[in-house]
Amino acid sequence: MRLFDPHIHMTSRTTDDYAALHAAGVRAVVEPSFWLGQPRTSPASFLDYFDSLLGWEPFRAAQYGIAHHCALALNPKEANDPRCVPVLDELPRYLLKDRVVAVGEVGYDSMTPAEDTALAAQLQLAAEHALPALVHTPHRDKLAGVRRTLDVVRESALPPDRVLLDHLNETTVKEAKDSGCWLGFSVYPDTKMDEARMVAILREYGLAQVLVNSAADWGRSDPLKTRKVADLMLAEGFTEDDADRVLWRNPVAFYGLSGRLELEVTATEATHEGNSVLRGAPGDGAGPAGIPAGEV
Amino acid sequence: MTHPHVTQDTDTPTGRTDPAVASLDDLHAHLRTQLGATARAWLGQALDEAAAHPGIHGPVSVWELRLAEAGRRCGSAHADAARVLILHAARADAGALARVYFQGTAAERRAVLRALPHLVPGPDALPLVQDALRTNDTRLLAAAVGPYAARHLDPHQWRHAVLKCLFTGVPVDHVADLARRARGDGELARMLGDHAAERIAAGRPVPADLHRVLTLTDPTAGSPADTGTGTSGSDGKES
Ligand SMILES: [Zn+2]
Repeated sequence: MRLFDPHIHMTSRTTDDYAALHAAGVRAVVEPSFWLGQPRTSPASFLDYFDSLLGWEPFRAAQYGIAHHCALALNPKEANDPRCVPVLDELPRYLLKDRVVAVGEVGYDSMTPAEDTALAAQLQLAAEHALPALVHTPHRDKLAGVRRTLDVVRESALPPDRVLLDHLNETTVKEAKDSGCWLGFSVYPDTKMDEARMVAILREYGLAQVLVNSAADWGRSDPLKTRKVADLMLAEGFTEDDADRVLWRNPVAFYGLSGRLELEVTATEATHEGNSVLRGAPGDGAGPAGIPAGEV
Repeated sequence: MTHPHVTQDTDTPTGRTDPAVASLDDLHAHLRTQLGATARAWLGQALDEAAAHPGIHGPVSVWELRLAEAGRRCGSAHADAARVLILHAARADAGALARVYFQGTAAERRAVLRALPHLVPGPDALPLVQDALRTNDTRLLAAAVGPYAARHLDPHQWRHAVLKCLFTGVPVDHVADLARRARGDGELARMLGDHAAERIAAGRPVPADLHRVLTLTDPTAGSPADTGTGTSGSDGKES
């Protein structure tokens, strides 16, 4: 079973998680930029983060046989902090980079005027850079938030079939589907969706343009939720092809709109002699791959 | 499902196709045979544009844009070579290279490191090498210890670069001019010996590359092809 997690914050996860993801069948991930739990105070902090999403993190992922891509944006929460907003001036040069497959996460958090401005500006940037957009829908006042998001999308230069609305649920899926946008569902241990509700939604609304993600981050979350949804789909009578469609072909189709998906994982030439060491040497029990120890 | 299915990059540190070692003409000829028609046409145009509009223009010069998109245009296997050629066509100097390095993805940074021996005659670009040597990204480390580092890195930093290769599993084949710089380097020999002792004390194997470099530190080691002319001891390398 091949799996693609279209929304996961691997920066917050350990190498054990990469190993577990690979063992579960995950071969590709997209990491959207988001806040860090601790508020940033300057654009420079974003730039280091973006650089990491285009440097160290894909390197880590490749060590575990996982293709890593990213989506870049000023996130909805920090769009409200005037100290952070100038990062929008730096974003265009980042959106040119290989392996940037979307603008995101953009969207609403508290539905403020500052969020209106940042969302509209970044949808425009997506259109200008021929990138799709990953749009987070708010956790509070969600249905109103989805409607307001759809209004902004309709006014934007980005057609709905290049927009993924994420964190949908039973109350928002209908209007999102009617809009023509792609439909994203985050499956969480406690909040957002769970596996059983996810499978019920698939049964009711079909598989077309549906993406399922773990949205795993630094909070209570489970990076293996994509696999758990696939397993439940099979247990509930969906076919292998159905699971492959939702958990591989749909995310490949959506992010493939960027023209920048590269799903072949290339190990570093530096480890091509099978010396994947990384934490010492073969025989250290580091497994099939590892990462140089932090103290190196 | 217990083993990542990783396609190995067979790039080797010597020969006609390594962007740091091959001549630019060889590199270009090789790319022309490897790229498909669309990518070849894209690269041809990118090189023409870079040659016509070198230097920094506005927030993103046209050759910087081509540099950024080289991976998706040419494929990751050929991106380094394409980028080195674009940097050369744009006549990027140490200042321009620093800009694209520090604004670049890991892949762009690696290409800049590989372009250094072709484009920067003096030590002005050493800060880029030093930056790469501080990372733990083995792709950057391998590119950082190429011919430019062999030429310009001071002995202390060069020894630490070699040791870091051994620590992180970067094959020392990537270290340019290894035999010449290692020969007679007593301090490097001491560091290698201490590292081996630490590995043995921990019950871990000593990498074969360590023994190989240790052998090269022997003042009488070396091949006639090396340019070093009878330098014995480390004095000649401290300058
Ligand atoms: Zn997220």
